[in-house]
Amino acid sequence: MYKIVEKKILNPTVIQLWIEAPLVANKAKPGQFIILRVDEDGERIPLTVAGVNKDNGTVKIIFQVVGRTTKKLSYKEAGEYIQDFVGPLGVATHLDGLRKVCIVGGGVGCAIAMPIAEALHEMGAHVTSIIGFRNKDLLILEDEFKACSDVLRVMTDDGSYGEHGNVTVPLKEMLEAGEKFDMIITIGPLIMMKFVVATAKPFGTPVTASMNPIMIDGTGMCGGCRLTLNVDGKKVTKFACVDGPDFNGYEIDFDEAMSRGRMYADFERNAYESSCNLFKKEVK
Amino acid sequence: MAKANMSLTRNAMPVQDALVRAHNFDEVALGYTEEQAIDEANRCLNCKNMPCVDGCPVKIHIPEFISKIKEGAFEDAYQIITKSSSLPAVCGRVCPQETQCESKCVRGIKGESVGIGRLERFVADWHNTFCTEEPVKPTSNGHRVAIVGSGPSGLTCAGDLAKRGYDVTVYEALHTAGGVLVYGIPEFRLPKKIVAKEVDTLKKLGVHIETNVVIGKTLTIDELFEMGYEAVFVGSGAGLPNFMGIPGESLKGVYSANEFLTRSNLMKSYLQNPETPIMKGGKVAVVGGGNVAMDAARTALRLGAEKVYIIYRRSMEELPARREEVEHAEEEGIEFRLLCNPTEILGYNNPDDARDPKNGFVTGMTCVRMELGEPDERGRRRPVVIPDSEFTIAVDTVIMSIGTSPNPLIKSTTEGLEVNRWGGIVVNEDGLTSRNAVYAGGDAVTGAATVISAMGAGKTAANAIDEALSK
Ligand SMILES: Cc1cc2nc3c(=O)[nH]c(=O)nc-3n(C[C@H](O)[C@H](O)[C@H](O)COP(=O)(O)OP(=O)(O)OC[C@H]3O[C@@H](n4cnc5c(N)ncnc54)[C@H](O)[C@@H]3O)c2cc1C
Ligand SMILES: Cc1cc2nc3c(=O)[nH]c(=O)nc-3n(C[C@H](O)[C@H](O)[C@H](O)COP(=O)(O)OP(=O)(O)OC[C@H]3O[C@@H](n4cnc5c(N)ncnc54)[C@H](O)[C@@H]3O)c2cc1C
Ligand code: SF4
Ligand code: SF4
Ligand code: FES
Repeated sequence: MYKIVEKKILNPTVIQLWIEAPLVANKAKPGQFIILRVDEDGERIPLTVAGVNKDNGTVKIIFQVVGRTTKKLSYKEAGEYIQDFVGPLGVATHLDGLRKVCIVGGGVGCAIAMPIAEALHEMGAHVTSIIGFRNKDLLILEDEFKACSDVLRVMTDDGSYGEHGNVTVPLKEMLEAGEKFDMIITIGPLIMMKFVVATAKPFGTPVTASMNPIMIDGTGMCGGCRLTLNVDGKKVTKFACVDGPDFNGYEIDFDEAMSRGRMYADFERNAYESSCNLFKKEVK
Repeated sequence: MAKANMSLTRNAMPVQDALVRAHNFDEVALGYTEEQAIDEANRCLNCKNMPCVDGCPVKIHIPEFISKIKEGAFEDAYQIITKSSSLPAVCGRVCPQETQCESKCVRGIKGESVGIGRLERFVADWHNTFCTEEPVKPTSNGHRVAIVGSGPSGLTCAGDLAKRGYDVTVYEALHTAGGVLVYGIPEFRLPKKIVAKEVDTLKKLGVHIETNVVIGKTLTIDELFEMGYEAVFVGSGAGLPNFMGIPGESLKGVYSANEFLTRSNLMKSYLQNPETPIMKGGKVAVVGGGNVAMDAARTALRLGAEKVYIIYRRSMEELPARREEVEHAEEEGIEFRLLCNPTEILGYNNPDDARDPKNGFVTGMTCVRMELGEPDERGRRRPVVIPDSEFTIAVDTVIMSIGTSPNPLIKSTTEGLEVNRWGGIVVNEDGLTSRNAVYAGGDAVTGAATVISAMGAGKTAANAIDEALSK
């Protein structure tokens, strides 16, 4: 069992937890993730390590409530325990040698991008961050990004905060103005990452995208997290949990990944609704 | 003593009716009664040269334990078996007996061999039901050993060392101990409570089991030595699924057998209101012919599939699965499409609506027919494609069960650990790897094999570790 030592609500659907897991805290690097189960018989879900505190052996996770498991997790309070917590999994984001980087995060993807931006900042790299949200209420981590970015652009889809528009708007503007990034690192919804790649393509800027397919074991055993890359005209299958989650944005078959992500859409919708009903009953 | 039973046929195993069991996850084979066990034991001739023992990878004293059954001394029989095997309730159920112990039995020359596996299972179940004696924790000898992976090889190595007083810790990547015994082999063939009991016994012997630790990620082998362990045994299995590399394998509804079985077994998606989803119902094609393919097919059937096919490129004779499982699968209504090989998996695509929720789901599979040609280097006749024999079958789910390879995680994080060209860890006859004090065994060394051979490897390594550390 793993103890929740601190809980903070970042916005109506995004929650931050600090969880006691000394072995993970000791090892985790930016870009790696953990897999947890809230309780016995629960589903295994992957979440990115959003930060660590080696002194007290805790790991920070930030998650968005999207379905049954994240909903259950959101009911847990500080002092309570979760069943399983394993990691760090996946390959850490390659940051060596990067001097000027643009981070493009969307929604809860910004939480995943946060430790990478921090690490780059500490390395002394020049960090441009473009973070986007649907609206003002969903904004998270603005101060944290401010602290580690040389340039920060906050975007909202409806213009209720920051600038009006998608994250690709300022990205395109900067690239057209002649900005030369060593790397664009993008994390967020698949459709957003697909457009980030399309935006960067005419300029030839390298793009790393962080993928989030459905996972079970996270150790390369089930193959459920597989995705297809197009490498020099050849199709190559990779397992996101052990080969990723970061991949060369130009090689990813985003359409396939989007399709696979919806494999259990019906199931998930039903599970979510029934867990909400259950909760309503409990409240009564 | 009762007279020898000269019946040419063995006592039939009581089983759940095929049409009933096809819809539940309860164990198929129910086990012998005491009378059946004694009657079957009386078929054993107690041969002096004991050919059957030769066929058992861990050399269980077969005639000896069977003699005890004849006398009704079941606990004594159990004690004889446990001298050589630490998982009799498991092996009695899942060993491919027909190619091991039973293949050498003299009664098999004319008639059926003695049901050795069934008797072994009977004895183990009898012990588990009636023996209340708790294992006692031996006095510690002060040496510490770490085990990577809690499959049959790791559990056996841990048990053997713990009995000799070693302080043993097993590190397991998943949230439950047991390896393939819990995530792969389904409940209807090996009830989880049997594995849980074995793990429990180990804990009582003082073995520490640390789940949720991935060696190579959470800790490395070098760190285990820094933590004070004096030897490490790697029993990490062959968990990496192979795919065929044909078009359509990324469509929704295509699984590796590992994923399908893990969802159903470990994540319990066979339950009424599971938290982990799985595709149920419709028509299912399982590609492959091993035990894993049979398990996937029979699991799909129990989850509610209307039709399940086994697609295998050779013929019935070459099917590598245990005979009994093939027979059970046939009785349950699984359809065998033999001498067939898939060439493409087909998916739904609505040209007028890119957002059609059905897009990207499997609708069928194209196969070619095969015939058997010249034998290959292992003597198996090689399947060759019959020209222009393409045909399509309608299916909703495809389960690829064409083998696994060892996971590279440990190799890639352990300097100086030698592997062969399939990724199997290289060991000597003691199970010692190219790294000092690092031992390995089971599927991580041999590639996908059997429970009993993994167990045997765990035993060999335990002996070698004991010898090295007690010097
Ligand atoms: C490497 C990685 C890192 C991630 N990091 C974060 C993070 O830091 N914060 C965050 O909010 N989310 C993160 N996610 C996504 C998160 O895992 C899913 O939101 C979560 O699994 C949803 O579970 P649910 O039961 O609440 O929702 P469900 O109703 O089950 O599903 C909702 C959505 O989540 C996806 N999903 C469902 N089950 C899984 C699964 N087992 N693995 C992956 N995706 C799944 C579905 O495709 C669907 O789009 C990450 C995913 C991956 C693969
Ligand atoms: C579906 C199926 C059916 C089968 N049916 C039969 C049968 O009927 N009869 C038979 O004899 N054999 C059968 N087998 C084969 C048999 O189960 C295996 O040969 C046997 O389990 C191998 O044992 P093992 O100890 O080597 O590894 P495994 O049982 O594979 O266990 C390895 C364990 O190590 C863990 N692990 C892996 N990497 C790490 C790491 N880096 N850190 C920590 N832990 C790690 C894994 O999670 C796993 O729990 C079947 C296999 C499958 C998949
Ligand atoms: S362990 Fe397997 S091979 Fe050995 S006697 Fe038992 S059933 Fe036969
Ligand atoms: S070969 Fe058969 S009959 Fe002879 S001892 Fe072994 S089990 Fe008994
Ligand atoms: S999650 Fe199972 S292989 Fe990646």
